Amino acid sequence: MKSLGVTPVAISVDSPEESRDLMGKAHYTFTFLSDPNTETIKRYGILHKGEGMHGRDIARPAEFLLDRSGTVRWVNLTEDIRVRARPEQVIDAAKTLR
Amino acid sequence: MRKRNWPLWSGLLLVLLSFVSYLFLFSRWPVTRDVPWVNYLLFAVAAALIVGGVRRAQRKVVPAIVAVFGFGLIAFFLFVVLVASKNVPASADAPKVGQKAPQFTLLDTNRKPVALSQLVVAAPKGVLLIFYRGYW
Repeated sequence: MKSLGVTPVAISVDSPEESRDLMGKAHYTFTFLSDPNTETIKRYGILHKGEGMHGRDIARPAEFLLDRSGTVRWVNLTEDIRVRARPEQVIDAAKTLR
Repeated sequence: MRKRNWPLWSGLLLVLLSFVSYLFLFSRWPVTRDVPWVNYLLFAVAAALIVGGVRRAQRKVVPAIVAVFGFGLIAFFLFVVLVASKNVPASADAPKVGQKAPQFTLLDTNRKPVALSQLVVAAPKGVLLIFYRGYW
């Protein structure tokens, strides 16, 4: 990702502390942002109602590639929560960025 | 002396192995995750072993319980993979290619607010937003 000039940012309803635990365990070094009241998730139209623990609302998995003007250049909305974007797909999309 | 019913018990073991191996192993790679063909194969062999085990058993009570459990676990796996995980809401309102991404400011893991506008400007070429379900 770095060599492609793309900054990855992960977003979920997890609290900053929970995300920090995950980063530590999985050795992730990129930015994790916390959207506990799903405000941003709703703004992106990807709320999955009542799917979390205790019927909590969460995000459905989704990836958006933005260019430096903040315009969406590539979107992946999966139809199956087990199936996520493959690295090759993201790399191909990132190569089209200028 | 009664002989151990090895097909029955190895079938049961294989069902359990297949189930656990998806969670901890095969879900790691897209090739074995998206269509869990390795697990389908393992389940098929396990099912054949259990059926064989039930057939050769003289007393059928324990084999029947093993079969119900084994086939129950296979059915549960198939349900999760083929039905439950495809239960994703439509996202008609999600920003489309060519549209501006909605602005946001959220806390990072150091509780420092981070705005999308900042991220986009700081990035050499672009930003990849990865929304995930979280670990709640």
